[in-house]
Amino acid sequence: MTAPFIRRRTLIAGGAGLALAGCDRVIRQPAVREIVFRGEDMHRGLQRALSNRDALAPEFRPDQMSPRFRTNGTRDPGTADYAALRAGRFADWRLTVDGLVARPLSLSLADIGAFPQRAQITRHDCVEGWSAIGKWQGPQLGAVLRAAGLRDGARYIVFRCADLYGGAPYYESIDLIDAFHPQTILAWAMNDRFLDVGHGAPLRLRVERQLGYKHAKYLTRVTAVASLDGIGKGRGGYWEDNVDYDWWAGI
Amino acid sequence: MAATVIRRHRLVTRIWHAVNAVCIIVLIGSGLGISNAHPRLYWGAYGANFDHAWAQLPRFPAWLTIPANYNLAISRRWHLFMALIFAFSLLAYMIVSLVNRHIQRDLRIRRAELSRAHLAADVRAHLALRFHDPEAPGAYNILQKLSYVAVIFILLPLVIATGLALSPGMNAIWPWLLDVLGGRQSARSLHFIAMAAIAGFLVVHLVLVILAGVGNELRSIVTGRWRVPE
Repeated sequence: MTAPFIRRRTLIAGGAGLALAGCDRVIRQPAVREIVFRGEDMHRGLQRALSNRDALAPEFRPDQMSPRFRTNGTRDPGTADYAALRAGRFADWRLTVDGLVARPLSLSLADIGAFPQRAQITRHDCVEGWSAIGKWQGPQLGAVLRAAGLRDGARYIVFRCADLYGGAPYYESIDLIDAFHPQTILAWAMNDRFLDVGHGAPLRLRVERQLGYKHAKYLTRVTAVASLDGIGKGRGGYWEDNVDYDWWAGI
Repeated sequence: MAATVIRRHRLVTRIWHAVNAVCIIVLIGSGLGISNAHPRLYWGAYGANFDHAWAQLPRFPAWLTIPANYNLAISRRWHLFMALIFAFSLLAYMIVSLVNRHIQRDLRIRRAELSRAHLAADVRAHLALRFHDPEAPGAYNILQKLSYVAVIFILLPLVIATGLALSPGMNAIWPWLLDVLGGRQSARSLHFIAMAAIAGFLVVHLVLVILAGVGNELRSIVTGRWRVPE
């Protein structure tokens, strides 16, 4: 009578203990890690099953904007190349569009400005928990990709940046659903002024249904690829490769 | 005199209780880890370092957070994975408990139970550590019903709704949720407040289990068999 009861009690105490202290140990087991990390795919699948893939992130009125939009991540790439571009007011800066495209492009800021423009006042959510509302303007990424002509087999868009992390350019990637979303733009203006250095001058990505680290700043290159395997360590972004952040950052 | 043993909790209730207990512990631990990344709470749609914070939270110590060392990515992985199990198991439990009439039979609050005299009598009974009506020992008393109903039908759904509202993807899918909650930073504040209320319930719940007799209460939530106190 008592033996099974004690076993059960041990089980419960063990269960609570496992949950609290043991989480650290069990997450190091590859099988547990695999299952827990699968949560990202489940959330993405559920959200995409629930929604129209073009569902828009909330947009705001000018009077709802943050009085001061803080910077985060790199405040200034600080490299000699970037300093030279900045000194020339980015006149010599070019955005390379390459990879699985029919017509590789090299775009100046004037070329970026010649595309139809979209302006949007949206909320930027940092993975750490804070939010700031600002106004962004630039061409839709979809229009730029259509100008380059995606080839069959292209599945992801990879962004490379002028700022260095661990000696290598920051990089991020999104899939084609987010790449062709109407609010996904290459922003050169913020709050009706040219993008400043702290916020990613001269050009940054806005991918409004995902967290801040996906919004690559200081863009230099946009590449269409079939797979993320050859990019960094294969998980599609600097933080994803190095500290286990979710690649799909919609939650 | 042989003790009377009755079957108190249904299998579904016991399974949900166990799953939910693990979820709540991991969600609170990982949530406190996430809180450490930006321990400030705001009201409204936006809120960051230059904005007014209504609360500056303490840095939660290693023994309370999952993982113990600050690691926002792993805290989030645990939190978002367990959130799925937590939310869908609550939904399943609610549906099954409607069908098997657990809610209607055991949790329904009758008007007479809310009379001042009845409530006062139950408070006095609790203070005297008498938790069971000898006439119907298996039934929940009114303070128990009120707290279970508040947790199951208000706090747990609130913590899920406010959690969903923190997802920029969900904001595009259900923008009305943000409108109802008063913006993302308000949702984040309410998420924290709901967590604190659930943690408060958890502490009181465990204290009452101890006062009512750990062995008997624990056996009943694991096996369903509960010995009627003499």
